[in-house]
Amino acid sequence: MKITKNIVLKFSREIVDQPIVCKLAKVYDLSFNIIKAYVTPRQEGYLILQVSGRESDLKKGFEYLTESGVKIEPVSQDVVRNEEKCTHCGVCVGICPVGALAVDEDTRKINFYSEKCTACGLCINVCPVRAMEVRF
Amino acid sequence: MAKTISEINEKIKKGKAVVLTAEEMTEFVRKKGVPQAAKEIDVVTTGTFGPMCSSGMYINLGHSKPKIKLGGGSCYLNEVPAYCGFAAVDIYLGCSQVPDSDPRNTIHPGEFRYGGGHVIEDFVAGKDIKLSAKTYGTDCYPRKQLETFINIKDVNEAVLFNLRNAYQNYNVAVNLSEKVIYTYMGVLKPKIGNANYCSAGQLSPLLNDPLYKIVGIGTKIFLGGGQGFVSFQGTQHNPNVERGLNGVPKVPAGTLAVIGDLKQMSAKWLRGTSMLGYGPTLTVGIGIPIPVLDEEIARYTSVGDEEIFAPIVDYSDVYPNAKDGTLGSVSYKELKSGSIKIEGRKVPTASLSSYYKAREIAGILKNWIEKGEFLLTEKVADLPGPNRD
Repeated sequence: MKITKNIVLKFSREIVDQPIVCKLAKVYDLSFNIIKAYVTPRQEGYLILQVSGRESDLKKGFEYLTESGVKIEPVSQDVVRNEEKCTHCGVCVGICPVGALAVDEDTRKINFYSEKCTACGLCINVCPVRAMEVRF
Repeated sequence: MAKTISEINEKIKKGKAVVLTAEEMTEFVRKKGVPQAAKEIDVVTTGTFGPMCSSGMYINLGHSKPKIKLGGGSCYLNEVPAYCGFAAVDIYLGCSQVPDSDPRNTIHPGEFRYGGGHVIEDFVAGKDIKLSAKTYGTDCYPRKQLETFINIKDVNEAVLFNLRNAYQNYNVAVNLSEKVIYTYMGVLKPKIGNANYCSAGQLSPLLNDPLYKIVGIGTKIFLGGGQGFVSFQGTQHNPNVERGLNGVPKVPAGTLAVIGDLKQMSAKWLRGTSMLGYGPTLTVGIGIPIPVLDEEIARYTSVGDEEIFAPIVDYSDVYPNAKDGTLGSVSYKELKSGSIKIEGRKVPTASLSSYYKAREIAGILKNWIEKGEFLLTEKVADLPGPNRD
């Protein structure tokens, strides 16, 4: 069975210029979606990835990353919704890349599935009443 | 048999009026048909809650000691410039106004976190607002400068007066270009990456009265949580557009100018809004009751999302350069399903107008009428309708 995980990868200065992540697909049969990337040449970088594959492959892939010197962290930045501010308009729904914001067919309210959220932050400034907030 | 508004008002006073929201009316007519609905239902309530940029408030501040004449000077509310080219202490603030210090779009896309719409929300919420004014002195108004805090409960009058609200239908915005664009219709991803729309569809006031048979000058409405009135047709009111057999316009058409006492209103229904890369605005809640006088009105108010169509417009070139042409049209039923097909491709949709809140407004108005707190008004004059030819 395929499972999907959201992770933050941190690359130290020593390894930031090496091709590492591509092997997740090539060797470990994992597919991934880069949600956010920040790389400064010859300094350090981080990637927010949504990785999916078989559980055993994910485990092997993560071991490979750790061995290569990449630090794996859960998505620790929490995006939260200020319920008092939200008007349930739905602008965020078309922008969220992972479906963490979706319209409830019955109530027409916008549901926020925080477990799906990758903290990419796209919704923060798109929200017309600024109801989405990042908490570190 | 046709009913009159005064007969319906008598029923409202006795607590006997039968009121449905526009959504419930659609369902009712589907099950029982138009003749039955015209007989049984007295009033249909509508609602909409979306960003409406031609909104603003005027205030009569009352006099300081010594007196000041703001007319001809300049004036700021929480750093946002207000217009004061009137008599001594009347000012008007538009919701799209930006503080002088805002970098605007120099750092693109500008965030526009605070503007006229936010001042209106704060003012209605009862917060103190900083007023700073400079002007020239006269014999009767000697003061030249004023710095003070004002509060909605202390000013003489505070009135919401919106030049164009409640658009009857609107464009669906897409982006055909290769780069992201930032518009009043939201952020649009390149190559038709998403499609944004802005109407409550079957709940929207003027889509339930497509030919302006009921709504006119003087119609009493739900406005920003209080009771207001339609004061005139809104700016850009354009009744002469292509319409379906049900009379519903297929493109943006009618609009309303509305007015009401801001002191009765609530910040819940007047929300300061920031459109990324575009500017600040105000999200306004409006609800209009439609008396079901006869079968024709019953039919109009039974309109469903599948019978209302909106044009798909490119906001990267066609809209800004005032070119003609659309990418087709879609129904609100399709728009609300979460995705539409454009040129064979599935495109995710999103709404700027909150259907959830529109439903809440129609519900509140229904409740007011059922409890006898809101009586219907006859219009004083018609809004311009389509030319007959």
